[in-house]
Amino acid sequence: MSTLLRPIAFIVALLVLWQVAVSRHPDQLLPGPWAVVKGIGELLQHGLLLKYVVASLFRVTWGFALAAVLAIPLGLTLGWYQRGEMAVYPLVQIFRPISPLAWIPLAILWFGVGDFAAIFLIFVGCFFPLILTAMSAVRNVPAVYINVGRNFGMSKGEFVYRVLYPAVTPQLIVGSRITMGIAWLVVVAAEMIAVNSGLGFLIIDARNAGNRYDLVIAGMVIIGTIGLLLDLGMRSLERVKSFRWSYSEE
Amino acid sequence: MSLATETLSKLRLEHVSMVFGRDGKTVPVLDDLNLQVADGEFIAVVGPSGCGKSTLLNLTGGFLSPTNGSITIDGQPVHGPDPRRILVFQERGVFPWLTVEGNIGFGLSKLSRAERRERIAHYVQMVRLQGFEHTYPSDLSGGMKQRLQVARALAVNPDILYLDEPFGALDSVTRLIMRGELLRIWQAERRTIILVTHDIDEAVQLADRVVVLSSRPAKIENILTIDIAHPRYISSRRYLELRDELLSKIGLAFTV
Repeated sequence: MSTLLRPIAFIVALLVLWQVAVSRHPDQLLPGPWAVVKGIGELLQHGLLLKYVVASLFRVTWGFALAAVLAIPLGLTLGWYQRGEMAVYPLVQIFRPISPLAWIPLAILWFGVGDFAAIFLIFVGCFFPLILTAMSAVRNVPAVYINVGRNFGMSKGEFVYRVLYPAVTPQLIVGSRITMGIAWLVVVAAEMIAVNSGLGFLIIDARNAGNRYDLVIAGMVIIGTIGLLLDLGMRSLERVKSFRWSYSEE
Repeated sequence: MSLATETLSKLRLEHVSMVFGRDGKTVPVLDDLNLQVADGEFIAVVGPSGCGKSTLLNLTGGFLSPTNGSITIDGQPVHGPDPRRILVFQERGVFPWLTVEGNIGFGLSKLSRAERRERIAHYVQMVRLQGFEHTYPSDLSGGMKQRLQVARALAVNPDILYLDEPFGALDSVTRLIMRGELLRIWQAERRTIILVTHDIDEAVQLADRVVVLSSRPAKIENILTIDIAHPRYISSRRYLELRDELLSKIGLAFTV
């Protein structure tokens, strides 16, 4: 319990300090924590909070899922056939360091302003990390598992399903968790430019529509909280017993 | 060797050579091996480390193809791995994502549910892992993992069991226990066993015949028949004689 108590106490202390500092300088534009809480209440009242959270999660889900469905099988296949990986690897490494935000002009050019553009940006942000994860996951499968699989006489499909897939799963989960974090970063930025709903839009709209910094910070708090929950969700996958092993422990 | 014993042999190696290509250079590993193993026989292979003992197992197991010569089992040439002959690895051989039960049942997917459950229960008992059926390998000791690997191999009813230094990574006490277990299992199931080991006592205590390989490129230096009935007492005269003989042969092998 004390593991939860300590961070909570620390957060409360910071909030108190923040409130005290703001009430001592009332002429500042920066709102205090209480104003932020009221801002969140206002968003809830207007039904905007739920709507924007759902909009952002919708884009993240689609962008991430599309990237995963394409990048993971492709990466596993390329990683298995070493020559494929050698052919593709340099190109992936060139694309990977390009910030997904650099794709915004092209996204709008191809998909116009709207969900598709935002989903495309998240897709781009997730695709390259996931394909690299999948390629290295296959490469790191110990040869002994592959040999055992071959020894017991299985079809190709069985081999993939019963040996290769479970052997790469722990690494894929770790890679997916990190990539999910990227997706959540990208959606906020994408929504500031490419759409007019979602938490990113909330932040930019609150500023533009009359410097409502209480709503700006409210948006940030919600983004942080949901990011934390996403990460916790992915982490709980890592604790599943049949995923929890790793090669180094063996 | 008479014609009768030739036709009876389970595994035959004829003029088997293996050459690896590495960085454009060729490395001869095995040089003209000839060996016949009878059905149900327990063969131990010893030799200096790096001499190609594991390569020999990988060849007979079908994981590699010989550069020259032929390997036949029951008169059929070996093409690739086959569930009728299972290789047990030194370590890491069990699947960490499956429980004890899942590992033993790994090769049994073609059986009916009831048959599979029965077979698993039988081999859990044989390798004395009762009570650990639902345990994952990360919670097992090294010796238990190796027993599990042997059980998974035996569960598919192989004719031949290849053991690649299966107890090499275990501490010496556990190794002694495992030796007893393996002998017990072999006596109960009578499979043909080829055991690669660097442990002289392991070879003399378990095997019907011990094949001594020379250093690389390995030739068969000697084949020693261990003519003592089981159980073999480590301090009996004949045992010590044979052990010394084997040691001196390996000593020779090391100096070649």
